[in-house]
Amino acid sequence: MKIAKTIKLFIGGEFPRTESGRSFAVTVFNTNNVYANLCQASRKDLKNAVSAAKAALGGWGGKTAYNRSQILYRMAEMMEGKRAEFVDVLMKTLGYFNEDAQKSVDQGIESLVYFSGFADKYQQVMGSVNPVAGPHHSFTTAEPVGVVGLIYDLKFNLGDLCAQIGSVICSGNTLVALMPFEGSAVIAPLSEVLATSDLPKGVVNLLTGSRDELYKVFGSHMEIHSLKYQGQDQKISSDLQVLATGNLKRFVGNKSDSVSLEQLLQFIEYKTVWHPIGL
Amino acid sequence: MIDQVGIHERAEFFAKRSIKKQSKLGALYTCVSMCDLTTLEGSDTVGKVQQLCQKAIRPAPPTMLSQYFNGNKIEPLPSVAAVCVYPTMVPVAVKALKGTDIKIASVATAFPSGQAPFEIKSQDTKFAINHGANEIDMVINRGAFLSGKYSVVFDEIKEISKICAGKAHLKVILETGEIGSYDKIRLASEIAMEAGADFIKTSTGKMQPAATVPVTLVMLQAISDFYDKTGKKIGMKPAGGIRSAKEAIQYLVMVNETLGEQWLSSELFRFGASSLLNDLLRQIFKEISGSYYYEKSFSLD
Amino acid sequence: MQAGTQNKKLKTSSKNVAGRGVESTSYQNRFVKGIPFKFDYEASVESTEVVKIKSQNELFIGGKFVKPQSGKYFKTLNPATENVLAEVAEANSTDVDLAVLAARKAFATWSKLSGHERGRYLFKIARIIQERAREVAILESLDNGKPIKETRDVDTPLAAAHFFYHAGWADKLEYVVPGRSVAPLGVVGQIIPWNFPLLMAAWKIAPALACGNTVVLKPAETTPLTALLLAEIIQQAELPEGVVNIVTGAGETGANLVDHPDVNKIAFTGSTDIGRRIQKAIAGTQKRLTLELGGKSAHIIFEDAAIDQAIEGVINGIYFNQGHVCCAGSRLLLEESISELFVKKLKKRMQKIRIGNPLDKNTDIGAINSAGELQKIQNLVGVGKTEGGEFFEPNLTLPSKGYFHKPCFFNGVSSAATLSRVEVFGPVLTIATFRTPEEAVLKANDTPYGLAAGLWSEKGSKIHKVASRLRAGVIWANTYNKFDPTSPFGGYYESGFGREGGRHGLLGYLEVK
Repeated sequence: MKIAKTIKLFIGGEFPRTESGRSFAVTVFNTNNVYANLCQASRKDLKNAVSAAKAALGGWGGKTAYNRSQILYRMAEMMEGKRAEFVDVLMKTLGYFNEDAQKSVDQGIESLVYFSGFADKYQQVMGSVNPVAGPHHSFTTAEPVGVVGLIYDLKFNLGDLCAQIGSVICSGNTLVALMPFEGSAVIAPLSEVLATSDLPKGVVNLLTGSRDELYKVFGSHMEIHSLKYQGQDQKISSDLQVLATGNLKRFVGNKSDSVSLEQLLQFIEYKTVWHPIGL
Repeated sequence: MIDQVGIHERAEFFAKRSIKKQSKLGALYTCVSMCDLTTLEGSDTVGKVQQLCQKAIRPAPPTMLSQYFNGNKIEPLPSVAAVCVYPTMVPVAVKALKGTDIKIASVATAFPSGQAPFEIKSQDTKFAINHGANEIDMVINRGAFLSGKYSVVFDEIKEISKICAGKAHLKVILETGEIGSYDKIRLASEIAMEAGADFIKTSTGKMQPAATVPVTLVMLQAISDFYDKTGKKIGMKPAGGIRSAKEAIQYLVMVNETLGEQWLSSELFRFGASSLLNDLLRQIFKEISGSYYYEKSFSLD
Repeated sequence: MQAGTQNKKLKTSSKNVAGRGVESTSYQNRFVKGIPFKFDYEASVESTEVVKIKSQNELFIGGKFVKPQSGKYFKTLNPATENVLAEVAEANSTDVDLAVLAARKAFATWSKLSGHERGRYLFKIARIIQERAREVAILESLDNGKPIKETRDVDTPLAAAHFFYHAGWADKLEYVVPGRSVAPLGVVGQIIPWNFPLLMAAWKIAPALACGNTVVLKPAETTPLTALLLAEIIQQAELPEGVVNIVTGAGETGANLVDHPDVNKIAFTGSTDIGRRIQKAIAGTQKRLTLELGGKSAHIIFEDAAIDQAIEGVINGIYFNQGHVCCAGSRLLLEESISELFVKKLKKRMQKIRIGNPLDKNTDIGAINSAGELQKIQNLVGVGKTEGGEFFEPNLTLPSKGYFHKPCFFNGVSSAATLSRVEVFGPVLTIATFRTPEEAVLKANDTPYGLAAGLWSEKGSKIHKVASRLRAGVIWANTYNKFDPTSPFGGYYESGFGREGGRHGLLGYLEVK
């Protein structure tokens, strides 16, 4: 008898089971055969993930942009190294043809490389020195917004998912993401990539589970500073916007063309610093 | 440490005070009483100094004022605080100012450069005091100061202050236009006060920039801190470059809001100026009469 | 050395004297050589002659002043005297409908105008504000209660500068986001507070118009007059009808605007509570939103600061505009090694503050904007007194009429105290100490807000390090409360989102394609 593996969550650089002890089965595409059991994350798992993301903020944001860039590139390299696992999951659980699965992995890698390259450039594109009318040096820089929550609620798209991750973390944010339900099993190779790319613990935290059970927890968690809903459900979107008011979360709605500067700009704040110019 | 932009902003703040009517007139009178009427030229003669002393006593003919008061007795214009001359002219001033409470200030210590052996600076000071100067305006050794030999600067002031002790007030001229930055002006102020200055003074008047509002403010703040630390009230004398009554009032406002009313007296605040006095007079007469006076109304001396 | 009886006699007898000699004898005996001069600044009051206030003010819709459909009017007061200045129309939902309709109609043509043409209108508005600066400044002081010194030197010139700056952007929008084309959003609803009435109107209107949007602006209930004067200026500049509409009223008028289905974007400046309500109200709609909300900004003084300038920075940081400033440096954090000295100097400095008639050019602190605000401040000060800390207020005399509050502080207040956490929006400062730069940063960031922060140190590398770690949208190092149209302004966290000013401010009024 073949034992179906249990795929765990990815929180704070560790691979814990859900504290709730719940799981759900992912089947092999178009069959009733269990591909694997996945953890059904609870609100407490989410809480732990947010704590991990919060703890990781200072260290990650404090790294040089060049360093973050290198780590993102390393992620792309590790993804290439795990190509076979990704392709296997995509084919088995989502029914991709080999060619599509390969292409999908390519897109994931490209997304990560794209944001790797942006880590030390968006500041120059979007920053400014402000010609104020007085003896002051005033400059505006782009800073991370903080802990970003991501609810991925679209049809599975590895390129877009990687773009979400890359765009959030390349500027120094940390991330708690709820995996798209359909492709939940991708969490296994993806977590492996994250765990082996010199990415500090807690910078990216991945959860699998029920959108309906967790989205309100995302919406009301006060330590989440920005909430990205990559989905099209009007009610959820609207509920999240209402919940976001609790701590004035930046709510960021669905956006196509995620491999772009605008995608990255959704997760930054502008800080303006003034200093007198004198002797 | 001093932030230049901050000190300039604060200086502008005082310029925005709007001093009108009675406050203005009182301030103008006070300014007159705070003037150190000065002549420090190679061409100074006995005649020039005598005439200056006359003006110091009576800045304008008393009848000019009284005509506006229908015979009522009025407060006459004050005399100025002091006349300031070279040591050789001290005897002339002593004679001309006899019987008045106008002080005789003499520059000393190889004014204006201070570039002479200390022995000569000491002699210079003694000469002035021995001939009747009751205030000594000494210059600091900028050469030593700018090369970081602060103890030399301190020691020279200390020695001169010993010579002055009990006989003359000591005003120490920093020549702020030469010492580069507000931080250094603050440092020089502290050295001077610690070494025994009764007054600190911005400039010789022999170079630009001389007194400015921010420079004076830096020095006033040093005085304030020194007072808080030691309980000693040090006087302040901006000198050179103050020509208009409006500016003078701005200085008064600044003293008022930085050190307080206690310093609004010729005991603790002076203007080192020559052309300021006539503008003060013009403004006083304008306030009283309502019409603008022309320059010729007041003597050139 | 005050004038004695003899002087009083002189004063009477000198009445028949020519010229200004009439009153000029009372200086006598005030001046005695050797005795310090008592320097009382006489009131130097700005004349209000140049300002003409209509007793009844209408709404500005479609380029005309129109009577409100509501038929209702409310009063606006001079908070320094409690006298009624004027009656102002109260817009109801029908009025808001009409204003939005006018803006929608105008949008069709305004958004099609060339950027160059739009810019010319904005330049013209800027110029007229400058030309009528005196009138604007005095009216602002009358309606708001803030000192003429500020309306004259800050509010009015900055308002003009905002129009100038944005005028120049109107034909250069393709440079806002590199490589992207941009388009206006449509009709923008803007709701502004009472603390900088005209300036906030300029902050909102100028970028919106430069980007090709049309506007419905709702000024604050207690300070509508300068916005209506701006409407006159807009008429004078011959801005096309309906491009700017101004609806006066209170919270309900604002709610009508927020809820209006034909508004594409809401820009709000005001309290965090209202901001939250607005965010909630537009949830699920396609409306864009920028919020500039409250703050509890930290002002850090390190021991290596330029102390005397830092004192001025603190004074300006918290007592500027009676403390009615969202980015006010209301939490002073002092390095413990200098705290005693600093507090001593601060007290001395506060004693020199001049509070009183806003129209007196020598007034540093004017009137609190309304009875309600005064009450709120008084209540919070009351709470502060029960929670402890050394309370200090200078020995100043308040005018007998009008809404005034002395500048004050609570020294030795913990981060947990009400006053360390709640925005007072008044001249109330809390003071706490810290021991290390690390602790300073932690304490500064210990707030749900993130609008601004100040820090003072003469050490360059420390400034950069601390500034980078402070979580706030505006950091003033060795200065405070500086504003410029080229410099983006706005907060992190519960201080709102979006920026106003600079290139970044335009992003809130554009759709990036």
